[in-house]
Amino acid sequence: MTKTWNNRAWFFVLPVLLLVAFNAIIPLMTVVNYSVQETFGNNLFFFEGTKWYEAVLASERFHGALLRQFMFTGIILLIEVPLGVAIALTMPRSGPWVSVCLVLMALPLLIPWNVVGAMWNIMALPDIGLLGYGLNKLGIPYNFTRQPFSAWFTVVLMDVWHWTSLVVLLAYAGLRSIPEAYYQAAKIDGASRFSVFRFIQLPKMNRVLTIAVLLRFMDSFMIYTEPFVLTGGGPGNSTTFLSIDLVKAALGEFNLGIAAAMSIIYFLMTLLVSWIFYTLMTRGEEQ
Amino acid sequence: MRLSRWLVPTLYIVFLLLPIYWLVNMSFKTTNEILGGFSPWPKNFTIDSYVTILTNPVWYNGYISSISYVLINTVISVSFALPAAYAFSRYRFLGDKHLFFWLLTNRMAPPAVFALPFYQLYSAIGLFDTPWAVALAHCLFNIPLAVWILEGFMSGVPKEIDETAYIDGYSFPRFFVKIFMPLIASGIGVTAFFCFMFSWVELLLAKTLTSVAAKPIAAVMTRTASTSGYELGLLAAAGVLTIIPGAIVIYFVRNYIAKGFALGRV
Repeated sequence: MTKTWNNRAWFFVLPVLLLVAFNAIIPLMTVVNYSVQETFGNNLFFFEGTKWYEAVLASERFHGALLRQFMFTGIILLIEVPLGVAIALTMPRSGPWVSVCLVLMALPLLIPWNVVGAMWNIMALPDIGLLGYGLNKLGIPYNFTRQPFSAWFTVVLMDVWHWTSLVVLLAYAGLRSIPEAYYQAAKIDGASRFSVFRFIQLPKMNRVLTIAVLLRFMDSFMIYTEPFVLTGGGPGNSTTFLSIDLVKAALGEFNLGIAAAMSIIYFLMTLLVSWIFYTLMTRGEEQ
Repeated sequence: MRLSRWLVPTLYIVFLLLPIYWLVNMSFKTTNEILGGFSPWPKNFTIDSYVTILTNPVWYNGYISSISYVLINTVISVSFALPAAYAFSRYRFLGDKHLFFWLLTNRMAPPAVFALPFYQLYSAIGLFDTPWAVALAHCLFNIPLAVWILEGFMSGVPKEIDETAYIDGYSFPRFFVKIFMPLIASGIGVTAFFCFMFSWVELLLAKTLTSVAAKPIAAVMTRTASTSGYELGLLAAAGVLTIIPGAIVIYFVRNYIAKGFALGRV
């Protein structure tokens, strides 16, 4: 669509701008303030320059949380994206079952995040939960409050349960946009199942899959509530991801300088990914 | 091949439903039975947990405050986002692309970064522990979401309709309400659904910005889980009750869910 140049459109945007700026800019400035100052109580602040940033960037604790965060995000992307595409490919293309599938698959997406955590907690209890009891019965030692590996397994499984449907729904929306004629042409040419996927379905899903990967990256990168309710970041620090660590430092220990510097570093990382997301989205639209 | 066509989705759906089944199962058990050991279905079927929740003010007030901030947030987000999305879909103006990108960064920003400053900001303006604090705080990610989704839907409406309406002598407000809004009615519905949903599932900010009076159901639940530890029946019943609203409306938006999650870009 060709758009007309009209600067009065600013009046339409102004309410949104003011409200979001109130919510985004004032808090962010507070954080920036804390990140360069030291306080000894009584509301006295001293300028400290980059001290907190240096402390955060050098701290083992931050490295640990960051490493765990990237590991977690990497693992869930490697599982959820291929699994989601596979499920979308096998879903019926039309008929009464489509609605049933869509509704049941979307169900986990609408459950409050703390309920997701609580639900998996109940599910994974070693003595009375279906998952915990079942695994222990099979002779696999499993206790997500004691063994880091069990905790990781549960957190990853929970995230796969929670968010794979997002990839399925997006991939399915991409598949549905392929005209039937493409498949007929492929049939006439005698194309194999794999080349139909490689040369017809995958290119058509390209855009939705980009969106899916970026959304899953961002949302898993800021994950807090589900693992917090499930494991509380433990055992030890083994499932303490960035957000959990940050909230611990800010609201638990009231370590303002460190927490603020961490926030800024964290925020800059998400800014970078948002920029990639935005570029890919708008480039697709201009074509 | 034929077998796998229905086997894969079926197995996946069973996997999705198992934890939900387990939650429902727990919610109908007595505390004694839960602690007594593993049982795949309730032997002494009871609805005590649900009765407790629906009669104890601490519990049902949690639901009321959650629903009130979610509704306030949905109304604010959609009504603020409508004109802005129209501007983005129809006009080019100074700084439009930067603004659109900046909105997106707020959808992507981790709530954990904002928890502490929000606490101070909303305490300073005297809204702490009211539904308004949470409703306004959730605007941080819901307004950008609403603008992006609505922009996607509005760009699907041809511009000729706007021009024809002007030639027919419609003023802008009348055109917008009488002609344009009915055309994107499904888009508005989907946007409202997504604002409702993301405000409903969020816990970190809602918990940080409330203490007693406006405590959301999610916070009531986490406290029960952490203090008494073993009232699992109650916790499960409360969980089941939070799933129901989403499960009801999901049918109406099933074909648009992908579009909503993709911020209006599918």
